[in-house]
Amino acid sequence: MPDPTATEEASQVQAPFESWGRYPTYGAKLLPLHWQSDFPALTADLHNGALPVGMGRSYGDVCLLKDGNLLVTTAMNRLINFDAETGLLTAEAGVTLAQILDFAVPRGFFLPVSPGTKYVTLGGAIANDIHGKNHHTAGTFGCHIAQLELVRSDGSHMICSPTENPEFYSATIGGLGLTGVITWATLRLKPIVSRKIDYEGIQFHGIDEFLDLTNQAHDVEYTVSWVDVTSTGRNFARGVFMQGDHSTKKDDLKPSPKPKLVFPFEAPGFALNALSVSLFNTAFFHKQIHKRVVAVQDYEPFFYPLDKVLRWNRMYGKRGLLQFQYVIPWEHAKEGTIAILHEVAKSGLASFLAVLKAFGDAPSPGMMSFPKPGITLALDFPIKPDKSFPLFQRLADMTLEFGGRLYPAKDAAMTAPQFQAFYPQWQHFAQYRDPLLTSSFWERVTQNS
Amino acid sequence: MSTTPHTTTTPRKILVLGATSGIAEATCRIWAFQGASLFLVARNAEKLAAVAADLKTRGASYVDTAVADLDDTDQHPALLAHAVNSLTGMDIAYLAHGILGDQIEAERDFNTAAQILHTNFVAPVSLLTWLANFCVQRRAGTIAVISSVAGDRGRKSNYLYGSSKAGLSAFLGGLRNRVDREGVTVLTIKPGPVKTAMTANMPKSEKFADVESVAESIVSAIDKRKDILYVPFQWQPIMFIIRNIPERIFKKLNL
Repeated sequence: MPDPTATEEASQVQAPFESWGRYPTYGAKLLPLHWQSDFPALTADLHNGALPVGMGRSYGDVCLLKDGNLLVTTAMNRLINFDAETGLLTAEAGVTLAQILDFAVPRGFFLPVSPGTKYVTLGGAIANDIHGKNHHTAGTFGCHIAQLELVRSDGSHMICSPTENPEFYSATIGGLGLTGVITWATLRLKPIVSRKIDYEGIQFHGIDEFLDLTNQAHDVEYTVSWVDVTSTGRNFARGVFMQGDHSTKKDDLKPSPKPKLVFPFEAPGFALNALSVSLFNTAFFHKQIHKRVVAVQDYEPFFYPLDKVLRWNRMYGKRGLLQFQYVIPWEHAKEGTIAILHEVAKSGLASFLAVLKAFGDAPSPGMMSFPKPGITLALDFPIKPDKSFPLFQRLADMTLEFGGRLYPAKDAAMTAPQFQAFYPQWQHFAQYRDPLLTSSFWERVTQNS
Repeated sequence: MSTTPHTTTTPRKILVLGATSGIAEATCRIWAFQGASLFLVARNAEKLAAVAADLKTRGASYVDTAVADLDDTDQHPALLAHAVNSLTGMDIAYLAHGILGDQIEAERDFNTAAQILHTNFVAPVSLLTWLANFCVQRRAGTIAVISSVAGDRGRKSNYLYGSSKAGLSAFLGGLRNRVDREGVTVLTIKPGPVKTAMTANMPKSEKFADVESVAESIVSAIDKRKDILYVPFQWQPIMFIIRNIPERIFKKLNL
């Protein structure tokens, strides 16, 4: 049977590929990978480097390569094997977590770690070693990867696991797609008996109360807090601590309905300003009228509240948004978090979604992984060039002073010296990089050295 | 995902020709989810194995495969007989193989043109002859074939591909007219541009239809025993207009 993919040349499609933050945007050639054998066959005559990418849901430029070739993996999304006894699922790297859930939930299994959106690929989840609300009980996504296959641009294939090619396993988890193309991986799913989450939301005022709640919730699988970063004085660092466990009461394990809402247009640049965000924050805080709310909730709104509106990032208008996520180790976690929250409040720059969480002690297998024990805070700002970037730099420097680091998957602005101070192991990691593969992020943070 | 309207306990037996094509693979995933029995034919063994493993994992009750170059019409009777044996019957035959071909090359070189016509028209006619006779004999079965909106009117940008699909559509129309009274359903599927490997090199391919929704429409059209399916549905009125543009105007257009 004639196969259209076999004879045709590499795609000439030149398109600005947007990351989720929509900043920056670069032109790049898109080369869809449909089959495991497409790499490195499709890239034989390529210049300008290449980068495997999935759904483009990382916020900054780890999924971009200016004037280069993006190897889009989303069509390489086949399942390879599933063992219903052990929960081990082997699948091609372009499968999304949404597709995994559609498959796994009706069979009584769930992702071992869920990020804030299910529209990321398995390969992307590994390459960014993503984390979720259960970091304190489950570690990062990479902790649940039993093995993966890495294909290098020289055509070599490697099975990587904690025991086989362990150094490439460690470099690839959190390796930002730079060590080779992940063709498939084996993920350890966990059993569930219900779609439901036993949820509890608790209001808090200030970081001390947040830390108390965190300590009390040691045995709760999922915890995360929303924090109001616009309020000062009496309401400084008020928020809602949200916790949940998979319901143990047997229930219907039907698949999720498809999302229907799409954010329909680009909001004008002025739509998100200090006033509108402050009103939103106040409304969100008081939406929970009582100090403590207990509910049984479907996992979709619990894990992926924003996935309900496809392309919600358009809300931030054409200029896009800038994310900032740090982790500060316990030693300075409290003072660092308070100092940074003060700095944000003082700047008057709006942030809608400020998410606060305590990371646990489970070490990640990833050499370059972001999480470590301490407090993590994620903020986003609409981009206002004269204001957002100077604030970002101040916050990054403060993070460094407190012994913390920033998350590459959410970054578009850290400087090379900052990155190299956050991740002193970067030169060791660079030994495992595939010579063909690079990203705009990598070029940016490794320059001048 | 759509589910089958019939609550049959025995899984449907489906033969898929060109199973590694993007549209076929997406369609098979829905059938696998429904627990169908599948016999898959494609040319590339490695790709076929990847698709078969995926469909098995997704819940197909039975998956068997054969590697074959469907251009070789001599092999068709043995191949189809083997498939029907393996499935122990056949409820649906789904023809999804085809090539886009190189229009520019085909304008210069008749061999290229002949290749497109062979793969997209002659080879399917060979398969359909056998399959239709098999179904007529049993007075049952659905034959679903992927043609194209490009077959509705010849255009300078792809009239070789278009004419091969026009021939196929005309053949299917006649076949339907013959076998409908024998209890056999023939579905002509006319997709517009779909995001698959076949169209990956086309500019604007990101704006093409999603292969998953195309597959859902195909499964539902088969279940409803439809005759002709334009997918996405907007192509039906669009092609109605394009078919009705007077030739003296049409010949001046750049389509």
